[in-house]
Amino acid sequence: MRTGALIVRICRQMSRDKRTLALLFVAPLLILTLMYYVFNGGEAGNPRLGAVNVDLQLAQLLEKANIDVVNVESAGDAADTIAEHDLDGILTNANGKLTLALENGDPSKAKALQMKIGQAAVARSLLAMNVPLTDAGEIGMETHYVYGSVDSTFFDVLSPILVGFFVFFFVFLISGIGLLRERTTGTLERLMSTPIRRREVLTGYLTGYGIFAVIQTVIVVLYAINVLDLTLAGSIWNVLLVNLLLALVALSLGILLSTFAASEFQMVQFIPIVVVPQVFFAGILPLDGMADWLQALGRIMPLYYAADALKGIMYRGEGFGGIFVDLLVLVGFAAIFITLNVLALKRYRK
Amino acid sequence: MDYAVQVDQVSKSYGHKAVLDNVSLQIREGQIYGLIGPSGAGKTTLVKMLVGMERADRGNVTVLNETMPNLELLQEIGYMAQSDALYAELTGEENLSFFAALFKLGKTERKRRIAYAADLVNLSGVLNKRVSAYSGGMKRRLSLAIALIQDPRILILDEPTVGIDPQLRLSIWSELQRLKEVEGKTIIVTTHVMDEAGRCDVLAMVRDGRILTSGTPQELMAHYGASNLEEVFLQAGGIQV
Ligand SMILES: Nc1ncnc2c1ncn2[C@@H]1O[C@H](COP(=O)(O)OP(=O)(O)OP(=O)(O)O)[C@@H](O)[C@H]1O
Ligand SMILES: [Mg+2]
Repeated sequence: MRTGALIVRICRQMSRDKRTLALLFVAPLLILTLMYYVFNGGEAGNPRLGAVNVDLQLAQLLEKANIDVVNVESAGDAADTIAEHDLDGILTNANGKLTLALENGDPSKAKALQMKIGQAAVARSLLAMNVPLTDAGEIGMETHYVYGSVDSTFFDVLSPILVGFFVFFFVFLISGIGLLRERTTGTLERLMSTPIRRREVLTGYLTGYGIFAVIQTVIVVLYAINVLDLTLAGSIWNVLLVNLLLALVALSLGILLSTFAASEFQMVQFIPIVVVPQVFFAGILPLDGMADWLQALGRIMPLYYAADALKGIMYRGEGFGGIFVDLLVLVGFAAIFITLNVLALKRYRK
Repeated sequence: MDYAVQVDQVSKSYGHKAVLDNVSLQIREGQIYGLIGPSGAGKTTLVKMLVGMERADRGNVTVLNETMPNLELLQEIGYMAQSDALYAELTGEENLSFFAALFKLGKTERKRRIAYAADLVNLSGVLNKRVSAYSGGMKRRLSLAIALIQDPRILILDEPTVGIDPQLRLSIWSELQRLKEVEGKTIIVTTHVMDEAGRCDVLAMVRDGRILTSGTPQELMAHYGASNLEEVFLQAGGIQV
């Protein structure tokens, strides 16, 4: 009953704040769409390779590997020639010895070019030994994918993490600042001078802001899957379940941390400390190569478990059994934060 | 026992600073009890203790024969804080009905109380306006209305009439008088306005966390040989008039 009054009040306040609603419901969609185009952006143009003295067969193999071959008289000063012809590299054949000069403006593109040229060179020598090649000029080999397909992009792996991150970030921010305002305007203190119980207060806030978190989660997930056509190998219900638990964690953490902030500005200061590091451990960067202590650090971050579960469902097609442990850990986080919140509210009613 | 509030040898400090030092007082039911004293004397700290928002380091606070803090008892205490704590995005009516819902009130009773409280503070005409569009005095009046909403037996008002015009102040005080006389309510006010202090049945002079003297306004004036309460206030502070 009192909890109900609190929920009604929060819904009223939120619905009057159009900007916050837009931040909650529209901003994640905008960013997600932007990321989608950034990572799935149309094919980049073929790399341009200057060729000095390169034989026809190798040149054909290079063209097959989607490299535009430009014949150049001589390498001369490599930097000048590359600039003059707008090349990504120059391949020189001096008596059967190949030399490659790379522009290397974008190291990852340069590496890819170097690899393709290397493969073409190997294919060229294999041809000379009469080994059969596929049409693409590669050694005949069939490839199978355990997860995803030949069309999988980085975005397919990234997007489940992004979906989780948005839910976490926006729910954290809005519940944290919402409660902070109650603390600074004195309404929370005023509330505690009525017969409401601390757990009623907390249930009210969790449910009130939770309603908006649920709506946001549903919008983000449905948009990502239906409009952006993200890979969803598993069940959408499991995706929603994970995100709802994550929202609960974000909600209780935001409310808890607002205890330690004296102003909105100080609340925002928690973002680089609490939110940004979680992104590093959510699986966007490979964790295997990290030092052990760093990996251990990742284990105390809620987003790590949520991202693992979301990747599990959306990309690897895992069922409930596969994400059960992650869910359990998220429930644990929420339980800890909620308990701490009940204790933190003590300072308003001694 | 006919004491509504008993404070027994209460001390409180924030860090090393003693804010209340061995304070004792008794307030009878059906009295208007005024707390006066200079800024920073500890009045707000004292009344917060009566509501259970602060806990005494030493000593006891008893309200209606129950030791505070006591959650159930808050139903019987209407509190108006020194600074307005209102939800600015909501209308006056929504603020009132939110707080009304936190207390045990039937549906019709709630409607009746909202209408009564709004009328008392002259806000009936602007109840549908958002509080963010209220003037300072309107916010103060809404805070007062919220303190009255559950029809409590005890009213604790921390500087209730700051920013309220003289005409409205007069009508609020006559309503407080009526609440005391007709409904037998106990009212505790802190104030810096001496003519309001003169309307109290009993006045306590708080200074540096101690109660210097208490008694009816007439007794205080006689005690200090002063002709008005302003002089009492100044003389208690060691200023010769
Ligand atoms: N939360 C707090 N932390 C530390 N000191 C405090 C706190 N609250 C009050 N004080 C100190 O306690 C003393 C008494 O404060 P209090 O608010 O009770 O004064 P007051 O009599 O109500 O003054 P005023 O008439 O200005 O409202 C002041 O010196 C104040 O600085
Ligand atoms: Mg005060």
